[in-house]
Amino acid sequence: MSNTRTIDVALSTSGLDAQGRPVRVPLAVDDAGNPVTVAPPHALEPDLEGEHMLINIGPQHPATHGVLRLVLELDGETVVRCIPHIGYLHCGFEKIGEYRQYNQIIPWTDREDYLNSIGNNVAFALSAERLFGIEITPRCTVLRVIAAELSRIISHLVWLGTTCIDIGAFTPFLWAFQERENVYRLLENWVGARLTTSATRVGGMAADIPDGWMDQLRGFLGEFPRTLDEIDRMLTRNAIWVGRTVGLGAMSAEDAENYGLSGPMLRASGVAYDVRKDFPYLGYETYDFDVPVGTRGDVYDRFLVRMEELRQSVRILEQAVVRLPDGPVNIDDPRVILPAKSKAMNEMESMIHHFKQVMEGPRPPIGEAYAAVESPKGEKGYYMVSDGTAKPVRWRIRPPSFVNLSAIPKLVEGHLLSDVIAINASIDIVMGEIDR
Amino acid sequence: MSTGLAPASETPPRIVYPGSADPNAPRPVTPTGIPHRGGPENPSAAAIRAQFPDAVRRVDVVWGETTVVVAGDKVLEIVRWLHDQPLHLYTYLSDVTAVEFRDPEEPIAVVWHLRSLAYRRFLRLKAEIPPGAPLEADSVWPVFKGADWLERECYDMFGIRFRGHPDLRRILMWEQYLEGFPLRKDFPLRGRFSRAEQLRQALAANPEARYSMEELSIADAFEDLPPSMRARLKGGEKTGE
Repeated sequence: MSNTRTIDVALSTSGLDAQGRPVRVPLAVDDAGNPVTVAPPHALEPDLEGEHMLINIGPQHPATHGVLRLVLELDGETVVRCIPHIGYLHCGFEKIGEYRQYNQIIPWTDREDYLNSIGNNVAFALSAERLFGIEITPRCTVLRVIAAELSRIISHLVWLGTTCIDIGAFTPFLWAFQERENVYRLLENWVGARLTTSATRVGGMAADIPDGWMDQLRGFLGEFPRTLDEIDRMLTRNAIWVGRTVGLGAMSAEDAENYGLSGPMLRASGVAYDVRKDFPYLGYETYDFDVPVGTRGDVYDRFLVRMEELRQSVRILEQAVVRLPDGPVNIDDPRVILPAKSKAMNEMESMIHHFKQVMEGPRPPIGEAYAAVESPKGEKGYYMVSDGTAKPVRWRIRPPSFVNLSAIPKLVEGHLLSDVIAINASIDIVMGEIDR
Repeated sequence: MSTGLAPASETPPRIVYPGSADPNAPRPVTPTGIPHRGGPENPSAAAIRAQFPDAVRRVDVVWGETTVVVAGDKVLEIVRWLHDQPLHLYTYLSDVTAVEFRDPEEPIAVVWHLRSLAYRRFLRLKAEIPPGAPLEADSVWPVFKGADWLERECYDMFGIRFRGHPDLRRILMWEQYLEGFPLRKDFPLRGRFSRAEQLRQALAANPEARYSMEELSIADAFEDLPPSMRARLKGGEKTGE
């Protein structure tokens, strides 16, 4: 390579040559006009070889999706070591749960993985019902499937939008957040809240769907796949998107399983484990849907898996809309379900039930239960231990993004600093769930 | 889901299908009518009892989930056996946590939730630490890398030391946290220190000194340290403040 440095056309040069290319002008010429050899620029700088740099991303950094802090050791631009720090959002949900009755814990489940709040409500109710030994009604089962899949759509759309922003695409972010707004409108019409839904109760739901809600859902299911197709057209074969994601943060199937990854992270690596298929709940085995599985386990495969899961969620919702049975939402058990207000005000028996439930709370038998669901992030489990009182001895959240994030040192090592952002985005973390 | 991106010469990828070890097993369904106690036991429980007769304390089936209570110093051996045995293949660690009861006479239990994806089984292992005994348990990190943060969290919240864990530090609380272990029953809900004391400590902390010693030791940061801190680092101190 020549040591002569040239620059592209500058303001004072003669412009374009005959082929229309900018005239390249030698930077240094002698008096006769011949180019002079100059030393390459890096020789002028001190030798940085072998020096490593310590760099801190976060906790206040928009690309860390919350308050994650990564301490990176860099060799040039390559990550040699990554030390994650978490806990900035820790507020002791599990401790607080030990001082609350079961139904009083449900608002806390909204606030851990806040992109999946109604899905957490469903997961919590399922594990509490296993602890109580309750079987819910058929209508409630289907309503909870609808809730869980809507919440999967919300979570994946937020993931899609924020990852686009991290990598540099702006338009799909707007489309994704517009559709997310439509889902939030549905949830608001159903339970009255958008983000903090608190929609379930032990033994049922806080509310049945209002009149006409199913038509709104059908309308959404008709529109939404079109947006998905647009996002798909915008990203899947986009050279920039592919170039920024393929081959990044790859993990083999054995490693992914050994690190305890779950959800799209695990499936992108080639392990077809989906709690809905392998340890079914809410009658998921009766729905016809596919589990997308990746092969390379890189950021691009995680994107493909999540895109396909959005389509599969639409498929499940379409089946749920058709099969929603009539009947009661709540089980008929005065020990766990509050009586209707009119009954509580007029009948002695119902008033006693109401009083006992509000003042003491439902009491499960002594025992323990772990019920896991497939949340958008992965296997989300609630482990509860009861000593026969109205408050759990132990309420444990098995946080999928916590375990997924624990693999980040392995995922980012050897990659460039700019790729750390893309890899971190692909994990789909919610710090509220990680720190709890 | 073909992307058209993979070159044709690439070897076909290996995809792990759950349930593959037992293709004749019935399709899993949503469990119904689960009894409170009793019911079918996970076949692995009997196998553990046969393999480690001295280590198994008891086997409970509660709400359809099998719990094997084992000796605390045998956990790693049992987990490794369950992981490697072709008839069990518990290759997925769901969770590591602990339970302390309100009754101080009850033992503290360390709980491992294991899944065998190949056989679609779920097993709970438990090691009980009687009151007064040192809070210690085997780390399963040599078998499951995913246990790293789960055990750190368990240590952070309960103070249970996992033998053989490579880097047992606090994870959710900061490294200089002095109030104890928050999920223990003797830890009050509001914290041990008064609000005034918590505020005083927060204001006294130097937010710039949030690097741990491990980070400070990285490469050339070491050269820039003041001599006093370098001496502390050499002495094996763990935190930067």
